[in-house]
Amino acid sequence: MADRAQPIGAGPGIGAAAIVAALILGSLAAVALRAQPGTGLGPADWQAVRFTLMQAALSAAISVALAVPVARALARRRFAGRSALITLLGAPFILPVIVAVLGLLTVFGRAGWVSQALGAAGLEPLRIYGLHGVVLAHVFFNLPLATRLILQGWQEIPAERFRLAAHLGADAGAIWRLLEAPMLARSVPAALAVVFAICLTSFAVALTLGGGPRATTVELAIYQAFRFDFDLGRAALLACIQIALTVLAAGLALRAAPGGGFGAGLDRPLRRWDAQSGLLRAQDGAAITLAALFLLLPLAAIAVNGLAGVTSLPASVFRAAGTSIVIAAASTATLLVLAVPMAASIAMARRTGWIELAGLLGLAVSPLVIGTGLFIVVYPFADPFALALPVTALVNAISALPFALRILVPRARAVLGDFGRLGLSLNMGGLPFVRLVLLPRMRPQIGFAAGLGAALSMGDLGVIALFADPEVATLPLQIYRLMGAYRMEAAAGAALLLLALSMLAFWIFDRGGRWHAEV
Amino acid sequence: MKYLTFAAGLFSATAALADTPELTVYTYDSFISDWGPGPVVEAAFEEVCGCDLKFVGAGDGAALLARIRLEGARSAADVVLGLDTNLVQAARDTGLFAPHVVTAAYDLPVDWADAEFVPYDWGYFAFVHDRGLEAPSDFRALADSDLKIVIQDPRSSTPGLGLLMWVKAAYGDQAPKIWEGLSDNIVTVTKGWSEAYGLFLEGEADMVLSYTTSPAYHLIAEEDDSKTAARFDEGHYMQVEVAAKLAASDQPELADKFLQFMVSDAVQSVLPTTNWMYPAVTPAAGLPQGFETLIAPGKALLLPPGEAAELRDPALAEWLTALSR
Repeated sequence: MADRAQPIGAGPGIGAAAIVAALILGSLAAVALRAQPGTGLGPADWQAVRFTLMQAALSAAISVALAVPVARALARRRFAGRSALITLLGAPFILPVIVAVLGLLTVFGRAGWVSQALGAAGLEPLRIYGLHGVVLAHVFFNLPLATRLILQGWQEIPAERFRLAAHLGADAGAIWRLLEAPMLARSVPAALAVVFAICLTSFAVALTLGGGPRATTVELAIYQAFRFDFDLGRAALLACIQIALTVLAAGLALRAAPGGGFGAGLDRPLRRWDAQSGLLRAQDGAAITLAALFLLLPLAAIAVNGLAGVTSLPASVFRAAGTSIVIAAASTATLLVLAVPMAASIAMARRTGWIELAGLLGLAVSPLVIGTGLFIVVYPFADPFALALPVTALVNAISALPFALRILVPRARAVLGDFGRLGLSLNMGGLPFVRLVLLPRMRPQIGFAAGLGAALSMGDLGVIALFADPEVATLPLQIYRLMGAYRMEAAAGAALLLLALSMLAFWIFDRGGRWHAEV
Repeated sequence: MKYLTFAAGLFSATAALADTPELTVYTYDSFISDWGPGPVVEAAFEEVCGCDLKFVGAGDGAALLARIRLEGARSAADVVLGLDTNLVQAARDTGLFAPHVVTAAYDLPVDWADAEFVPYDWGYFAFVHDRGLEAPSDFRALADSDLKIVIQDPRSSTPGLGLLMWVKAAYGDQAPKIWEGLSDNIVTVTKGWSEAYGLFLEGEADMVLSYTTSPAYHLIAEEDDSKTAARFDEGHYMQVEVAAKLAASDQPELADKFLQFMVSDAVQSVLPTTNWMYPAVTPAAGLPQGFETLIAPGKALLLPPGEAAELRDPALAEWLTALSR
């Protein structure tokens, strides 16, 4: 059967995906081609692959399992500060690793708040270092993202369906069976795939909280191959393993996610009549409170640590902040130019295709490899320092692309499914359909994706470290430099500034896109 | 019209620059930070050289060498500043570096004679702790104690590699036993120095692998004398930081001049309180006040570059085996 007629073409999306794939695979090939014969993979590398897989699978499963009740509670309840809480929940995800780890340890470390409280009660301090510590940190980073992705699934059920359910006297259990479970069957695999892919390239978090070389990940092996052995062939080989694992996981997850939607709605404000019993209220309240405590305490620790330093920040920190803002803006624009057409093309395809996989590559390939590859490609033609900012913006956009697509694709699919035929029957296609139907109806998702992209770019150390000269530093790079010069207090202050800027960027875009005032 | 003016301005600026030769020096990030020696060195050298000195930061010592190998003979760098003794052999093997003509009366605890690499500062690795702590006096005592330490991974960090060499140089074949004994003292292993030192200041460990000069930073810059370093009877492994001229440099004379300048009083006198290391040549005015409070190791350990390079892989394998149990 031929694909259904669509009001818009898939060309721009295919073009964008081709650019992304060419850029990532091209830089990987550049590294591989530049390699001299080196050593192959040894038992230690396979050990690293096993540990990487295990921690990524555990982290993804636990993050998503915890995200479902939290998202369900947030979808069912309206309370003062809900919107601020949802924005704040985005914060862990966008922090530079070192800042987040120090924040986590201030709360959960051997000398952290929890251990002190336990000590006061005469109990042993927490033992945070080990596989459980790695998973805890990854859940801290990814629970908010998983919650937002799944919450979005709830938002895609039109308000009319809940209205109808209420008419028919459906209780919380029936709504779960009829509306929520089918929705989760679609959104959970995608969330699992994204979190799994993020954890696959984890390095500093896994090593620091894993408590030693048992917690060696593939990314660490790449780092070692590149820096200490200068074995580019090995680095490229390990990067290929990362790609294979991501593509495999994503392929499985996306295949498991069935299509089919809830049909068009009339965009009425959402009201819920179900789940009013005291028990369910208490259950939702507990889910939200526990998640908020778990995520906000470390953020509070970062704020407390940073307050002393934030008043006396050196001028270079503010210069770096300016650079970071410029890069974030450029990177967000690039992200949208790539992601929106790709999302539309994916939405029109019947099966998971290569466009979708191209979008995931940005997560699968280690930034060190992309950066090195781009460096090798650029070096013969141009001064890498002159290109530091555009290259950083581009790489940041590509690494945010997988998240943007997960946010945009379900909505694009729904819009095209619900309004595509109407558009065709009105003979409205191409740009008018994009301008009048697609973009306005995707505004909240585009806003969320842009906010996430901007915040991610702001907090990402990215490839700037490979390209930067002393005059151009981003804020995360400047934080590392401050720490390297013993200026831990100033670094904590700069981290607080970074947290504030990232949240602001996220809030501006996310807010700009919301269409339900209450969401 | 505006563009034309801009272009003209750019052109004349480029023309003016073309008259002054430019010396490009690749170094590690913390050297060129606002608090590092970079800004002082740049100003002082430009005063005497009639040139434009351009520093380029490339991560840490290991990243620096990787960068030079990536760029090869086409590199814009004239001088590389900030490799350490563990990287010297790999750097020499690239064949990218040229012999130097520097003469200096070095005050290193070991004899130094190298045709290509010029030492400009050095330090001893040590475990830094709070002054109140009853610190062990060697690795065996540390292994027997309940003290918690945080160290850096030798696969990603130069201090981490330094500790690996320290244990190897002090204990040779007994090194795996020492690591096994230490394994229950190690709270965690971090990617780099900053993470480890940050964890230590957060109170996650009793001691952290750093330098004997680290307490000087707290004393002089923060007027905080609460930190000190543990003196180990086996001796302390050294880190010697070196600079070298690239064979393909288009400014070889300027590069020679710069290397000689690095061991002159103008630079050596600022290194202790900017890079927080010992100067390679003691400045005329002596060490800054506060340095006399630092511990003085009884024995300086340092493996020759060739031996260090050969021992690295077996030592790393021993370390991995002992700590992966």
